[in-house]
Amino acid sequence: MLKNTNESFGLVSKSLHWSMAIILTGLFVVGLYMTGLDYYDSLYHTLPWWHKSFGLLTVLLLLIRFAWKLSNAEPEALKTHKKWEISLANITQKLFYFLILLIGISGYFISTAKGKGIEFFTLFEVPAITAELEEERADLIGGAHELMAILLAVFVVLHVLGALKHHFLDKDETLKRMTINKH
Amino acid sequence: MKTIVQKTLLSLSLATALFASGSIFADDYVIDKKGAHASIQFKISHLGYSWLWGRFNDFEGTFSYDEKNAAGSKIAVTVNTKSVDSNHAERDKHIRSDDFLDVSKFPEAKFESTSYVEGSDGKAKLKGNLTLHGVTKEVVLDIAKVGAGKDPWGGYRRGFEGQTRIALKDFGIKKNLGPASAELDLFIALEGIKQ
Repeated sequence: MLKNTNESFGLVSKSLHWSMAIILTGLFVVGLYMTGLDYYDSLYHTLPWWHKSFGLLTVLLLLIRFAWKLSNAEPEALKTHKKWEISLANITQKLFYFLILLIGISGYFISTAKGKGIEFFTLFEVPAITAELEEERADLIGGAHELMAILLAVFVVLHVLGALKHHFLDKDETLKRMTINKH
Repeated sequence: MKTIVQKTLLSLSLATALFASGSIFADDYVIDKKGAHASIQFKISHLGYSWLWGRFNDFEGTFSYDEKNAAGSKIAVTVNTKSVDSNHAERDKHIRSDDFLDVSKFPEAKFESTSYVEGSDGKAKLKGNLTLHGVTKEVVLDIAKVGAGKDPWGGYRRGFEGQTRIALKDFGIKKNLGPASAELDLFIALEGIKQ
């Protein structure tokens, strides 16, 4: 039920998948929106604060996801999946992990560029690991954070389209395996 | 005959030198950047309720000063705009962006004096051209002479402080921070080492 088997995803994997899906979507939308806010907007300080806390949470979830993936069985691809579909899915998954990690790290450096930590919700402060970043580097990291987020969003769209193709065109179990079906 | 020509040439070149530098007795100073005995700071109103202070960490400059002919004094300062520091990572990033200083496009800000009028009370008015955000405008700084004399390490130093008020809009910075924050006060405190 909790753990993965060779045929199915357990509750933990599903929860990680969907919670990250929701949070990442939120982070992306809020991230684009908040950077365009006027200084006098009532959300000018609030949205970045939530963005940072949820960003840190995402990195934490990603690390848990890695650990869980390593300590669990990997459900095998469906028999009906074609070879190219399987390898594309594998590449996409690795790219997702890689991008999410890099976006998280770059976000961390944007906020800690002056050697100050980031508040994690109201719980504690994640300390800065660098004393101070060079200005060009800080600006470069800021640009990269946005670019990688847009790239990730593009791949998420393809990922969703792929899932829908499996569900509606191929009429296979792919989407059901990650949702309600089979524990 | 030859000596007369030589003398004339010499006096001509002396006159040129006199004219160019304001005074042949003016001393040249380099702002003590290495020892950081100088600062360029600004304060701008935050919402009309308090002052936000920031500074530029990287700048250099020289000035000349002659006690007997203060009016011939000159100063030129160049500021590395990306060194802006308000002690807040994201705000500094924002100030560096094209909303404000646009440092990738305008990496330097400059001030070059055009006139210096000293009063008897140690106060002075320094007029000059300030180039900021690619826009050059004349500004007048209120100057106070702070002191001058030998330092303990065999050199000679002289210090001034000055301030002026500029409007962001005048320098093409259009970002609206609210009515209380349209202008900012610029402060310079410097110590020069005589060359």
